[in-house]
Amino acid sequence: MNITLVILGTVTVVSGATALSLRNIVRSVLLLVVSWFGIAALFLWAGAEFAAFAQALVYGGAVSMVVLFAVLLTRRNHLDATVPPPPPGRLLGALIAGGAVAGIIAATVIRTPFELANDEAPSLPVRRLGTLLMGPQLAALLVAGVLLTAALLGAVVIAAGRKDDKEGAP
Amino acid sequence: MSTLQMCLVLSGLIFGIGLTAALARSSAVLVLLGIELMLNAANLNFIAFWRFGPAPETGTGVLFVLFAIAVAAAEAAVGLALVIALYRHQKSIRLQEATRLKG
Amino acid sequence: MRADAPEIDSWLERLPLIARDLLAGRLPEPWRWLAQSLVAIAVLLAAFGLLFALLTLAERKVLGRIQNRPGPNRVGWGGILQPFADGIKMLTKEDIVPRSADRLLHFLAPVALVSLSLLSLAVIPYGRRLLPLDLDSGVLYFFAASASSELAVFMAGWAGRNKYSLLAAMRALAQLISYELPLLLSVVPVVMIAGTLRPSEIVEAQSGWTIGILPHWHVLTPWGFAGFAIFMVAALAESNRSPFDLPEAESELIAGHLTEYSGFKYALFFMAEYFAMCALSGMAVTLFLGGWQAPFAALQFVPSYAWFAIKLLVLLLGFIWIRATLPRLRIDQLMRLAWKFLVPLALINLLTAAFWHLSAGWAMGAQPLRWGLALALVAVPFVLIGRGLSAGLGPRTYRYAAQ
Repeated sequence: MNITLVILGTVTVVSGATALSLRNIVRSVLLLVVSWFGIAALFLWAGAEFAAFAQALVYGGAVSMVVLFAVLLTRRNHLDATVPPPPPGRLLGALIAGGAVAGIIAATVIRTPFELANDEAPSLPVRRLGTLLMGPQLAALLVAGVLLTAALLGAVVIAAGRKDDKEGAP
Repeated sequence: MSTLQMCLVLSGLIFGIGLTAALARSSAVLVLLGIELMLNAANLNFIAFWRFGPAPETGTGVLFVLFAIAVAAAEAAVGLALVIALYRHQKSIRLQEATRLKG
Repeated sequence: MRADAPEIDSWLERLPLIARDLLAGRLPEPWRWLAQSLVAIAVLLAAFGLLFALLTLAERKVLGRIQNRPGPNRVGWGGILQPFADGIKMLTKEDIVPRSADRLLHFLAPVALVSLSLLSLAVIPYGRRLLPLDLDSGVLYFFAASASSELAVFMAGWAGRNKYSLLAAMRALAQLISYELPLLLSVVPVVMIAGTLRPSEIVEAQSGWTIGILPHWHVLTPWGFAGFAIFMVAALAESNRSPFDLPEAESELIAGHLTEYSGFKYALFFMAEYFAMCALSGMAVTLFLGGWQAPFAALQFVPSYAWFAIKLLVLLLGFIWIRATLPRLRIDQLMRLAWKFLVPLALINLLTAAFWHLSAGWAMGAQPLRWGLALALVAVPFVLIGRGLSAGLGPRTYRYAAQ
């Protein structure tokens, strides 16, 4: 079981790191989609089937396309979508910050004696998720619905602009 | 190092990568992608604790992750709409150029 | 009312399982699972590959007959070897990659498309015991796999570094995303009524016959009929079939997002389209047409996989018939159909299904009222929204120059 975790974790980390360091944004997005699928595979390994397929569907099947549309609509030159790499000073600072956060998290985790409870992946049937969502967590579900509607309407209004704005998109 | 600790270190590492990208890159789209990676790392953390923690049949971890995925998708959509609106004003998406409100 | 179950375990029914156990039965436990899975994968690939070949031929013959011509009939007896001739032609064509193209993405796009379309075939129950992967959230897996394959369309359009194919890829992507919504919304009532996301249980929920001749399939209920219609229209659009084949039509931007492809990669794109068509038809059979169930109680002696195959072929022939009959939609007409027509109808269908479920306990005398109300809930919004959307489009009036 640990071998699967190591392989999936390596795939996710390597594709994520490569994705966010490339100059070509489109390749960046496509590699990041691979890392999103890697995280979905990790969810599947942990036994959260529904969450894994929801992650694949939402991120791989929807968010990726929103990002690609945004990339394509905001290019200066029409042939490719390259961005300059970050200047070395800022890159070093960011690496130190990111490394420090990851290091603090790793150090804290390794020092804490966790008690593991389940030997096998727990099974959470979809029916139980459904009764939980419609019962105890109904308020959260309704709020999430309202939030998503507001976000959808807001995104459409912001991106559409007004009729007298000049269109800057290609 | 137990399996749970490996999962948590992995999610911390992914979080660090997302944070580095959000701080270092100057294109608004790449910053948003870094933020999405950070949210994914947090979701992985929740699933790891659900898997190895007590009482997984309450499903709290999985439910939280479902809501987090939904909210992150909504936030990505709104963020990218903002990027498009920003492009309309300054014809580029470099965050360093968005200084019009600077005092 | 369930009819008495006849001998379910007839030898015809068990034949695939016997064959599989012959091949993989003698291995020790962990290897046996692997061998059984490999056998299932090989059979699926072979069956759907052959179906793809025969389907291309059937399409050309049926299209030909509808257009009052014979279709290909030179190669082999009655044209039966035509797909293999086409295959040889595609394989021997030169594979042209434009010099400024992104070679990696150009290569990966057809591969990704075919593999993601094939992944969705794993959760369809082909027979009573012929389900390759019995996942608890199988329906969600199916839609996750088919939604992820849309990325490959973008990769294909982007990789050619061709302004027009990129534009066509964005249009294709917009079409695919728009029709994802009615597709998923039309499945929600089925899941609600069946109470599960597991395809095998959804098929079980449609078992039984009233008086032995009326099956309890979802398509024979008002909400199921509307859901089936919406699902079929959305499936036509999801697999880029006529009348929604704007992305790949010959008169549009050359070949849309496939412009920069030639030879075998071009054939792979079409193979992926046919696989997507078969997978969506298979899911429609599972969700609405009762899966592998027989239509009459007396016909249960026919093996379950044969019933599935018959229903699948009927749906695929329906796809071909629609292609021969309806003209192509423009991109704005297509989007309008999705957002303004299908999505509201699918949401109202959800309401109808909820009403149907809650009124399941009504007495026998109130059943006609239940059917009447449900049918009204399906038909009235259809007519009203249809009339509303086609307002201002009247019968064509002709003006001739001499007048």
